[in-house]
Amino acid sequence: MSPIAFVYLATVLFGIGAAAVLTRRNAIIAFMGVELMLNAANLALVAFSRIHGEIDGQVMAFFVMVVAAAEVVVGLAIIIAVFRARQSISLDEPAELKG
Amino acid sequence: MISPILFWCVAFLTVVPALSLLFAKKAVHIAMAIVAVMVGLAVAYVALDAPFLGVVQIVVYTGAVMMLFLFVLMLVGVDQREEMKETLVGQRWIALFGAGGLVALLISVIADVTMEPAEDMTSGEPDAVAGLLFTDYVVIMEILGALLITAAVGALVLTHMPRLAPRRTQKEQQRDRVLAGANPVNKPMPGVYARHNALDVPALDPEGKPIEDSVSRVLEIRHQMDTATSYRADLNDPSKRVSDKPEHEATAETDSEKGEDK
Repeated sequence: MSPIAFVYLATVLFGIGAAAVLTRRNAIIAFMGVELMLNAANLALVAFSRIHGEIDGQVMAFFVMVVAAAEVVVGLAIIIAVFRARQSISLDEPAELKG
Repeated sequence: MISPILFWCVAFLTVVPALSLLFAKKAVHIAMAIVAVMVGLAVAYVALDAPFLGVVQIVVYTGAVMMLFLFVLMLVGVDQREEMKETLVGQRWIALFGAGGLVALLISVIADVTMEPAEDMTSGEPDAVAGLLFTDYVVIMEILGALLITAAVGALVLTHMPRLAPRRTQKEQQRDRVLAGANPVNKPMPGVYARHNALDVPALDPEGKPIEDSVSRVLEIRHQMDTATSYRADLNDPSKRVSDKPEHEATAETDSEKGEDK
């Protein structure tokens, strides 16, 4: 079976993650959707690396992982800060900003 | 080439738990399902000749990132309910349509690809990845190190709470308590100087009066405290006073009586 099958799998996972980000209201669940999208992109990078027979794609995926880890740390800190201020992590709450 | 059985196992192990992102109610269940997705992706990486990335995936994602998510869920409260009321009319269906359309678009593009996969490749062992990481990509590597430090400091700054009032020291707390009229010394243990040292018997002070504070407040609430009325009666009744006789003689007598009984 060709490694291109894993690119299809990555596409499906990316779609699921995108749908979760767009539909869920809980900030943490939406954030997990973002994580799933990043991982789907990683899977596509590794699959392309295998298709080309080069290791560069894996290095790119490694960089994505590092950036994702940094992003998770800051994102979760923001969620905690918002929760402290508003006692809620609903993504609909900031709609009150429009006054 | 990759065995089809392996691919379908990985596909099942990743797509089914990932769907819980859309359908599961509780955030903790979703977090555990995403852990399963990450493990499935690690298997896929190993199958795609990237063993180093597979291990990194397990360590970073299942080990660190998802556990961080679980910790934050614990801090925020697991029972944070998600209200299902739609603020934008039809937003859910538009979102699902958009995501589905994205998948359809990407799949139609990938289906056009006619590239043949390479026959052989150097496996992504740690030394092979490191060779590339510390030669061609070394600048990016350094910048990512700076990024990680910045992220850690940023998280500390964002979650830091400034102290609004100066911290009260132990000394100040003790002074306030004494000024408020509290007893400055420790409370005695229950049963001290009393006739028996069970937890429900109040200690006796030097005058022989029961100290009711010495019994646990819980027993008091449950009405399990010995009310110490008998001790008070003994105190008020001069004929029952044993204070004329030294304590150890009285106990010695009772001990010898017991010995005779046996």
